Amino acid sequence: MTATREIVVRHTVGLHARPAAQFVKTATRFASSITISNLSKGTLPANAKSILSVLAAAVQGNEQIRLSAEGADEDAAIAALCELIDGNFGEPE
Amino acid sequence: MVAQSLQGIAASPGIAIGPIFHYRPRRVMAEHYPIDDVDGEIVRLEQALAEARRELDALSIQMRDGIGPREAAIFEAHRMFLDDPELLGRVWARLQTDRVNAEYAWQEGAQHYAAALEAIGDNHLAARAADVQDVAQRVLRILSNKTSQVAGPTEAAVIVADDLAPSDIVALDRAKAIAFCTAGGGPTSHAVILSKALGIPAIVGLGDAVRHGPEGVRAIVDGANGTLLIDPDEATIAEYRQRAEAFRQMRDSAFGVADQQAVTTDGVHVEVMANIGSVEEAAAALASGAEGVGLLRTEFLYLDRDNPPDEDEQTAIYRAVFEMMGQRPVVVRTLDVGGDKPVSYLNMLVELNPFLGLRGVRLTLARPDLFRTQLCALLRSGEGHNLRIVFPMVATVEDVIAARRYVDEARASLDARGLRYARQCQVGIMVEVPSAAVIADTLAEVVDFFSIGTNDLAQYTLAADRTNAAVSPMADAFHPAVLRLIGMVIEAAHARGRRVGLCGELAGEPLAAPVLLGLGLDEFSMGLRSIPLVKQAIRRFSTEQAGSIARRALSLRTASEVRAYLTSVASQVGDRPNESR
Repeated sequence: MTATREIVVRHTVGLHARPAAQFVKTATRFASSITISNLSKGTLPANAKSILSVLAAAVQGNEQIRLSAEGADEDAAIAALCELIDGNFGEPE
Repeated sequence: MVAQSLQGIAASPGIAIGPIFHYRPRRVMAEHYPIDDVDGEIVRLEQALAEARRELDALSIQMRDGIGPREAAIFEAHRMFLDDPELLGRVWARLQTDRVNAEYAWQEGAQHYAAALEAIGDNHLAARAADVQDVAQRVLRILSNKTSQVAGPTEAAVIVADDLAPSDIVALDRAKAIAFCTAGGGPTSHAVILSKALGIPAIVGLGDAVRHGPEGVRAIVDGANGTLLIDPDEATIAEYRQRAEAFRQMRDSAFGVADQQAVTTDGVHVEVMANIGSVEEAAAALASGAEGVGLLRTEFLYLDRDNPPDEDEQTAIYRAVFEMMGQRPVVVRTLDVGGDKPVSYLNMLVELNPFLGLRGVRLTLARPDLFRTQLCALLRSGEGHNLRIVFPMVATVEDVIAARRYVDEARASLDARGLRYARQCQVGIMVEVPSAAVIADTLAEVVDFFSIGTNDLAQYTLAADRTNAAVSPMADAFHPAVLRLIGMVIEAAHARGRRVGLCGELAGEPLAAPVLLGLGLDEFSMGLRSIPLVKQAIRRFSTEQAGSIARRALSLRTASEVRAYLTSVASQVGDRPNESR
């Protein structure tokens, strides 16, 4: 089984700097393997637990990404990452 | 007498005097050789990575305790690179399948990712690529058993280098590195952020000439002006020593009373506000003693993305600022971009003279979709708060009339949609084009207030491009031509009951405070760091004294005569404010 969701990153700077670090730290909490692909730029799925891969996906504000997780806690992993993005990384929207 | 004077970009304010020390951080280049003992090589790299993690953890803690979370985050990010599973996976694979030495495998992996980030062509990511290189060097240095990257100076010295990485800055002994001067580098690098946070004067972009400054020769670093004086005479040194000491004393006393209002000796309260460009800075503004926001730049919402922000997104961000400021005034400048700071999705044409092109309000008038969205978002978010909208780069009455029509249109749109908005919002203009200053009396009839932008006003008045190092020193807001225009604007506005603020760098110069006060300026707005110093400068004068100082300054012939006069005035009134920010 695989859990997959597509979501728009609303944060103005996208997945750079602090949001990228938070994203990777959250992904690392889960056992499942998790990938991120930037649908707006058409990038290949990359390891969501790798800060360098997440930065290289170059996700800017308002771009759409696809998150996929596979493993024992795949649903929880996708839910936690989407919550982080929907909550705009804890910053006021 | 000064043997040589070099002009660079002011990066971190303050004055330092000491011998030049050429810092040549040795970049370790890994050798490449085959190995037999793969397991031994893996252990060696594991140990080096563990040591690098310990160093970075210690640096983060040291930064957080001594400086701040923003600076600590630089090294926390470095720490994350060391744990990156993809990078490590690539390195381990190299070691095991190619049987190469640890140094080479590590360097190759780091280079691979640094190059990938650089290739994307985004400034933020290119800066992260530089951070990856910095971490790579740290590990290579540990592997090569070097205790430190390079010997620092043995006595207090002015550090001169091609460029500096954040690690270089913290590796140098704090007591001995009294200033940083680099040939290259930009004013927004992590190294600059660190030197500002550490309070160490710094100048970047001094060019190749700085590398030829002879080692050990005495130099003066004026970080506020971006000037490096090599081998100055005793009189010059004595003058700068005095300035440095006066600055230290004044700063110590000013920061103690930063949250108190700036009131002249005859009891006139002058509003001191903050220039900000992000939500985070709004909170910092209050902590610095600002009485409101005199300039909220909105470009941060538009840059580094592929589509303009929509009305709801903008409303939420502005609202965050308003909620923090409560009933304090917030002057919001509508989108101010042009050919010199292009935005990808606007499809702007390449212009021969971007500073004389489609920028500021001209651009938003040409892109009504953008303008309407921003005005609706501003009016909505300002509901229940003290919102003032200001249009940048206004040159004519027609500009104002056209722009105001969009404000009326935005109100009608919000009414039609049944949304609540700020009905009492004031609408003003930036005075930064000489024509607007000259016809200020006419413009005062069609606006609620003026905000003078001295950076552009100086560049347009003196026809000197601020971004062209060959002529940028001419674009000096202390020039009598600029000061006279400021005086004209204030006089014309007051005659019609309009208030005038000033949000250019001149407002943040303590030296300029008596002149602006004497010209009758109602509101000073500046970068957060200047607030305590300018408040302190205002407290030293009466409005009458300031009036006569202003009259005298406007009658002088050159910018340097004005500076010299104001320096002497400041020293007579007591401790002398430095023009440092």
